[in-house]
Amino acid sequence: MNTAVFPHPRKLKLATVSLAGCFGCHMSFLDIDERLLDLLELVEFDRSPLTDIKTIGKCDIGLIEGGLCNAENVHVLREFRANCKILIAMGACAVNGGLPAQRNQLDVGQMMRDVYCHQVGGTAGNQIPNDPELPLPLNHVHPIHEVVHIDYFLPGCPPSGDAIWTFLTELLAGRTPHLGHGLLRYD
Amino acid sequence: MSTNDRIDALSPGTFMLDGEEIDFGPGESILEAATRTGHYIPHLCWHPEFGAKGSCRLCTVRINGRIGAACTVQAASGQEVQNNTDELNALRKTLLQMIFIEGNHFCPSCEKSGNCRLQATAYDIGMEGPHFEEFYPERRVDASHPDLLLDLNRCILCSLCVRASHDVDRKDVFAIGGHGIHTHLLINSPNGLMADSALQASDRAANVCPVGAILHKRVGFATPIGKRKFDTLAVSEQVEETKP
Repeated sequence: MNTAVFPHPRKLKLATVSLAGCFGCHMSFLDIDERLLDLLELVEFDRSPLTDIKTIGKCDIGLIEGGLCNAENVHVLREFRANCKILIAMGACAVNGGLPAQRNQLDVGQMMRDVYCHQVGGTAGNQIPNDPELPLPLNHVHPIHEVVHIDYFLPGCPPSGDAIWTFLTELLAGRTPHLGHGLLRYD
Repeated sequence: MSTNDRIDALSPGTFMLDGEEIDFGPGESILEAATRTGHYIPHLCWHPEFGAKGSCRLCTVRINGRIGAACTVQAASGQEVQNNTDELNALRKTLLQMIFIEGNHFCPSCEKSGNCRLQATAYDIGMEGPHFEEFYPERRVDASHPDLLLDLNRCILCSLCVRASHDVDRKDVFAIGGHGIHTHLLINSPNGLMADSALQASDRAANVCPVGAILHKRVGFATPIGKRKFDTLAVSEQVEETKP
């Protein structure tokens, strides 16, 4: 048989990013341990904190950790959506806003003043940081599916290494991932 | 079949639940009969010790083709009840997503995680995300009571505490007030705080909450995450005991 007719499938491109998250999901991703080597047989990393590549190219899968708390988060998320065939909300913050969304009942301006200006022990004349390079905070923290279409949700705070591994291997095998009891967790 | 085709709910008999024959006693609801015989129908606002409320609609089944809440529809001979079907589970998932986005349900910071019926039911149905836009409502936390904490962010208005306080404790500490999206749990005390109510930690009403709205203080993590009620077995594999 001429194997050239059935070339080895190209590796899928995988990009990851942490928006308004704590990098806990990425740490959990690393918890797949030596299975990372098996994963690297199937995928090639594009933009990701693991590769330190800062811009995203055309990708097959995008993993988003964290929700949206500032304008830059929204910009990066839209770039991911424009470049990824499949976009996945990974972790509680991406799925429902998570811990950062606990500020949604408070006024963001008042919070900034409380933290930077009125904090006990602060220096007189302290100001809210206003460097033009700083992205502006949003009034409310939003989960990512409220801004772009999300193909899959992988909840957990963080999702366990096993959950991430099961999810990715199912997806890479062309099946719809169903985590089931024990792996599907919100905490 | 009797000579007249009217549904007879007063005499005992059998109905079919997903193709299985279930016995029922006079006046029993479909959910009561199913639970007593060890069959799981998802539910949140129903509890075997208390009467039906019919507010969460999680126990929605098809009875002879027609949609109804299994907790409020009386069992009757000749009923063909569909429960565990793709169609009904998809509807239940949507109901759960609406319950989740309507409150502030942040499992990572909730002491009830792993013991929570809402969470466990959503796991069992396979709810992976909220689908809808989050409401992030502004709700009150009442930590005034020395032994109990009330967090209305997590209240799903099942009214089990209302019924337990009325039926068992005879104190009427809780009530449901308001309308529509403003419906909320009320405390029967002069200033509306739990500390000034008649509620005690040993009351049935303080121990029936299916979610993390009414919590006991100082025992939050006595049982670690991972070893809790629904960590070991899915909610569908833990059908409640019913009193004979």
